[in-house]
Amino acid sequence: MDISQYLEVFIDESKEHLQTCNEQLLELEKNPSNLEIVNVIFRSAHTLKGMSATMGYEDLASLTHQMENVLDGIRNNKIKVTPAILDVVFKAVDYLEEMIFSIADGGNGKKDVSDVVSSLVRIENGESLADGSGIEQTVQDTIKNQSPLNLSSKYDEFEYTVLQQSKEQGFNIYETQITLREDCVLKAARVFMVFEVLEQVGEIIKSTPSVDLLEEEKFEQTFIVSYVTRVTKEELENRIMKVSEVESVVANDVSLDRISLQKDTNDETKAEIAVATEEKTEDMSSQSVEDSKNSRNQQKAANLNNKTIRVSIERLDILMNLFEELVIDRGRLEQISRELTHSGLSETVERMSRISSDLQNIILNMRMVPVETVFNRFPRMVRQLARDLNKKIDLQIIGAETELDRTVIDEIGDPLVHLIRNAIDHGIETPDVRLSNGKNEEGTLILKAYHSGNHVFIEIQDNGAGINKDKVIAKALKQGVLTEYEVESMTEKQIFDLILSSGFSTADKISDVSGRGVGLDVVKSTIESLGGSITIDSIEGKGSTFLIQLPLTLSIISVLLIELGEEKYAIPLSSIIETTIIKKDEILSAHNQKVIDFRNKIIPLVFLEDLFEVPATDSEDEYVSVVIVKKGDKSAGFVVDSFIGQQEVVLKSLGNYLSSVFAISGATILGDGQVALIIDCNALIK
Amino acid sequence: MSEVEQSISKVIVFELLKEEYVIPVDKVRSIEKLLTITRVPRTANFVKGVINLRGVITPIIDLRKLFGMKEEPYTENTRTIIISHEDYEVGMIVDAANDVIDIPIHSIEPQPEVIGAMTVDYIDGVAKIDDRLLILLNLEEVLQMNHTNETVMG
Repeated sequence: MDISQYLEVFIDESKEHLQTCNEQLLELEKNPSNLEIVNVIFRSAHTLKGMSATMGYEDLASLTHQMENVLDGIRNNKIKVTPAILDVVFKAVDYLEEMIFSIADGGNGKKDVSDVVSSLVRIENGESLADGSGIEQTVQDTIKNQSPLNLSSKYDEFEYTVLQQSKEQGFNIYETQITLREDCVLKAARVFMVFEVLEQVGEIIKSTPSVDLLEEEKFEQTFIVSYVTRVTKEELENRIMKVSEVESVVANDVSLDRISLQKDTNDETKAEIAVATEEKTEDMSSQSVEDSKNSRNQQKAANLNNKTIRVSIERLDILMNLFEELVIDRGRLEQISRELTHSGLSETVERMSRISSDLQNIILNMRMVPVETVFNRFPRMVRQLARDLNKKIDLQIIGAETELDRTVIDEIGDPLVHLIRNAIDHGIETPDVRLSNGKNEEGTLILKAYHSGNHVFIEIQDNGAGINKDKVIAKALKQGVLTEYEVESMTEKQIFDLILSSGFSTADKISDVSGRGVGLDVVKSTIESLGGSITIDSIEGKGSTFLIQLPLTLSIISVLLIELGEEKYAIPLSSIIETTIIKKDEILSAHNQKVIDFRNKIIPLVFLEDLFEVPATDSEDEYVSVVIVKKGDKSAGFVVDSFIGQQEVVLKSLGNYLSSVFAISGATILGDGQVALIIDCNALIK
Repeated sequence: MSEVEQSISKVIVFELLKEEYVIPVDKVRSIEKLLTITRVPRTANFVKGVINLRGVITPIIDLRKLFGMKEEPYTENTRTIIISHEDYEVGMIVDAANDVIDIPIHSIEPQPEVIGAMTVDYIDGVAKIDDRLLILLNLEEVLQMNHTNETVMG
């Protein structure tokens, strides 16, 4: 079988399942007694096992299988959740992740996982749980006590009335427990066939789990059907056994007394829950609450599944390119229709323009991805780091649904990892230090994303030690980055910015995590290459905040179109402070450098026409147009021939062949199909 | 059969200063008429600029200039051959492009070395088919010429 076409889907889905495992494991660590979480993990692991076995990744499948065994043990209360067990499971998930990534990189997904497998086996056999057996026993006992209730279905008032009336009319009521064979492939189909058989001779009142869940195969081998019929128990069982792949059928008489009893307790406990939710314990009401919660969750998941399909980013890029082609033709059509002045034509063209701008919005939106896809790996990472460093950290993620362009998402992961590591290693102190400083033992790390204007902000805030300004200055002086004289005139922000420069680390101790002084400068340059910026705010003893500002999208930017001779260029609006027109005699000369006095500030001038060697056109104008641009707190004036206007354009690269053209950051296609180059202001301001 | 297949390569023939050059057909993405070129400042002189090729910005080089030939105004026959080699997608301006032919590998000879003539890296050899003399262009070398110039520039 050629599996390569499924590989991509396999990798994507595996990553998703592993992500679910990671998230739920973290959740489980917080609520070790919540077996519903174990179920979710189990399901993901089970799917993963099936998929990897189908794809022929044996190692992956066998490790998942072993992990599944342990999870199954936890689920059936044979194994008690302890941090030690979770660590092993986490490690297994780590290995699985590595294997998936190796497959994604074209590897064979093989890996020596014997250490984890052997510890999983040990856990499964209960070897590491010698002291926990007593508790285990009691847990099992309670489960046993519970089991008769668990097996039977619960009825609401309506169903109860139906049953009661059926009984009065002489129907038999059975609760039929149907078990499908383990190797049954199409469980939903079998369920359907069983239902069809049942419908022929009676009426189904209720099924447990619900029909929806049965249809989605969200059950193990067994389900229960509450059934009203005139046929006998034996006949019913025989009829159902005729459906293939049914392992066993057990029909039980239902006594209405017991149901009514159940109903009463149900109502009672429901009331209890309403009064005090804390008190719900092992009685069946909690079971029913969990059931409903469970089905709600699953319903939600099902809805999500129905509404999304996978499309590769390449296809979206192709769509985008085709669309741009369309825009260019639209421009031409508009021009032609203006020339022809045919009312029918111009109406159609106008309509088309409106539709295509709607289309443009949709296409651009499709490229937007919630920042969650980056954020969701952090809880796991923070947990690990906190353990490694013996720190207690509470990670709060806010605004994970904030959307960013796919290209930005792909790039922002590493810088964020770095900043978070940094915050945990250098920012947040160890519990004893925190306590002695009168702080909460547990440090807080807040990761926040939000939109503002045309930008997305990501904030990494910790309530740790903050940045020691004097230490930064001392270090800078020692390294000769600064002179004493410069220090005096520096603002707080400028001092903090120093830690973003290369080769700078204020950590006294170099740890595995960070402190080698490489990194923050890389973070800064990555963010700047994305067209963003990073600022630091810190109060010593209180904590630090790293604020990253990113453009909403990389592919569409607002520019000012200008003309140099006959050529058109674009300057990104984000770098422009303002435009102005000055008289020629206002241009001053300072040591071979043309400058102007603009709002009491001396600003150097750049004559773009000369710089870009534009074929000269004679223009003996008395006035010159100047675009004032900034880079950080420096600014310069670009002398241009004329302003055309502001426009939203699609940023495109010049291709690999022209990878490093001086002062040009890319190009864009204008409405008339012509290419305009985009000026890289950062390269022109020194 | 396979031997015959292997020994033939399909090439596109284009004209440059009355001489015929060939490049493998699988490197050619498309052949375009002359499109409006936007000049890119401060690049090597043979880089004419970039064009909008169906939404993709594609750099254009002038082969005459690259090979140091005499420049002539573009005519009706002037074509842009869009080639794709490794990571590069580049358009080359040539005098005319009008033929796709099969050349047997055995008809390819190394570039004749004559005293006074300068051998260049970007020519793989020549092939004589009937009365035509075809010059085999080494695209890799042609594209590499850009890099050396760029480093000098930078």
